[in-house]
Amino acid sequence: MSELKSGSNLEKVLKAGHFAFTGECGPPKGANVEHLKEKIAPLKGMVDAVNVTDNQTAVVRMSSWAASTIMCQEGVEPNFQMVCRDRNRLAIQSDILGVYAMGIRNMLCLSGDHQRFGNHPQSKNVYDIDSMQLIALVKQMRDEGTFMNGEAIDVPPRLFIGAASNPFADPFEFRVYRLAKKIEAGADFIQTQCIYNMEKFRQFIKRAVDMGLHEKCYILAGVTPMKSVGMATYMAKQVPGMDVPDSLIQRLRGAGKGKVAEEGIQFALEQIEEFKDMEGVAGVHLMAIEWEHRVPEIAERAGVLPRPVV
Amino acid sequence: MRLPYPSNVKIIQVPCSGRVDILHLLRAIEDGADGVYVAGCLEGECHYISGNLKAKKRVQYVKKVLEELDLEPERVEMFNLSAGEGPRFAQIAREMVERIKGLGPSPVNA
Amino acid sequence: MIVADRKPLKEILEMLKGYNRILVVGCKGCVSVCNVGGSKEVGILASILKIAGKKNGLNLKVDEKTLERQCDPEYVDLLKDMVDDYDVILSMACGVGPQFLSERYPESRCLPAVNTTFFGGAVQHGVWSERCAGCGTCVIHFFDGMCPIARCSKSLLNGPCGGSADGKCEISKDVDCIWDMIVRKKMEQGRLDDLLKFMPAKDWTTARDGGPRKSVREELVQ
Repeated sequence: MSELKSGSNLEKVLKAGHFAFTGECGPPKGANVEHLKEKIAPLKGMVDAVNVTDNQTAVVRMSSWAASTIMCQEGVEPNFQMVCRDRNRLAIQSDILGVYAMGIRNMLCLSGDHQRFGNHPQSKNVYDIDSMQLIALVKQMRDEGTFMNGEAIDVPPRLFIGAASNPFADPFEFRVYRLAKKIEAGADFIQTQCIYNMEKFRQFIKRAVDMGLHEKCYILAGVTPMKSVGMATYMAKQVPGMDVPDSLIQRLRGAGKGKVAEEGIQFALEQIEEFKDMEGVAGVHLMAIEWEHRVPEIAERAGVLPRPVV
Repeated sequence: MRLPYPSNVKIIQVPCSGRVDILHLLRAIEDGADGVYVAGCLEGECHYISGNLKAKKRVQYVKKVLEELDLEPERVEMFNLSAGEGPRFAQIAREMVERIKGLGPSPVNA
Repeated sequence: MIVADRKPLKEILEMLKGYNRILVVGCKGCVSVCNVGGSKEVGILASILKIAGKKNGLNLKVDEKTLERQCDPEYVDLLKDMVDDYDVILSMACGVGPQFLSERYPESRCLPAVNTTFFGGAVQHGVWSERCAGCGTCVIHFFDGMCPIARCSKSLLNGPCGGSADGKCEISKDVDCIWDMIVRKKMEQGRLDDLLKFMPAKDWTTARDGGPRKSVREELVQ
């Protein structure tokens, strides 16, 4: 056990060679703890860890660290997300110490969506450091036991370090190198952007495997079931760096009234099935946006239950 | 052609409507003109390629200024016609005078 | 150059309320080049102010003066025999101008007529684009002459982020993704390896974050 970096459940599951299955939960737009607990409850036992988003899409919500600690109390392991948009290196480091002190063991390092499209576009952003530097910082704090300035940390935070990768953003040719750079910087695991263009993802993961990246880091494939044709077209057109093929939109349309959501789940299940055997993929990150209550059903039908106890 | 047009239109000749500056238009308003318009060549037929298009943008700029000052932007206008269109020139003059009469005297003169 | 935009007229008029003798002061530096605060724009604004005054039944005295620069005391000095004749001095220079005027003429009211926006250049006639953020430690040699501090919406040193699509930034299709441009140029020139190196966190002490800055050139100080 001493060789574990953080001792988190997610790390143990991955290290034991299981196909990981992670979920996601957005904190409430308020201090509604009961609502948060309701969202957390269906995830218990269904996933290995749950990402807790950090003011996602630059919309103010309960802080990710606070929601993560509530999640810990509820017996679900959080994957604490942190964006570089809202904090400078002082706040970043103190929050890292804080979450570790509160029992959090996974952390996902992100740049963060620009505030321009959030609900406070007038705000000043920070971007003191970028996501790459954040990864390196968490690793430095954990492995060297020092702050960014080199000073010693009294009880360093031991976190399992996650990073994001978007295989579909441009320039495509560079994406795998950026992934390699994040791994080099210290990422222990990667969660990808939602995948819809399977062909493009196969190319991406093949390049990653050719470069041996999957041996240095666990790569979890991002899956978000489409709930409606509207959601699909919105993602296709409005979300930068999202690749939704027309064929999928057509398929959802073809499902007919009242059956689109089921078709979306069906597509997600097919994806998960393929990921299970895909070289280089160590698990799936299921981002069921505002659909936490459907996660048990999806997990069941995807054949990923029961979750391993390690 | 000796076509009649309203005598209260004062004509200032320039080599090309592209010579008309924002400041010329503003000064006219400042000095009490109730309206001012630029008669340029037809679009695409400027001897200097784009003089009339430049004039058009300057007219738009001044319209915006008048709007910001709570003055009627219609007091300033751009018209395009060819040198051979005498009757149209006279018609535009009458149209513009009618329009300004409708608006009344410039508040700048109040 | 320093690029600026004229403030909305309503804001300028609001600032000038109650003042009847106005000196509009232009600058022949950057703001002349970006067509916002040179002698021509001073003339336009003066005319606009006079129109506004007449419309409101006020007989405003609006005069014009355009200095070589407003960021050097010797030029600012040239107003010394004039300022007392005015209730207010309206500077059309960048943000430096009204401050230098205020410092030199503490008894006068010196107001800004423009919003200073960025350091940039003209990419076409009438269009200016940001190039420099004045961070105090230039890094463009790492990025083939392109600055991610000024031109990436997130100032990423290890970009591009996941929001880059079709060469555009996630914030707007009108904004180029500078990281897309950097990556493509490096690829074209066979120097992609440069981008595989980790760029450590930037030291912002030389930027505004280190507090107001001053540059002292000892060999010139008298």
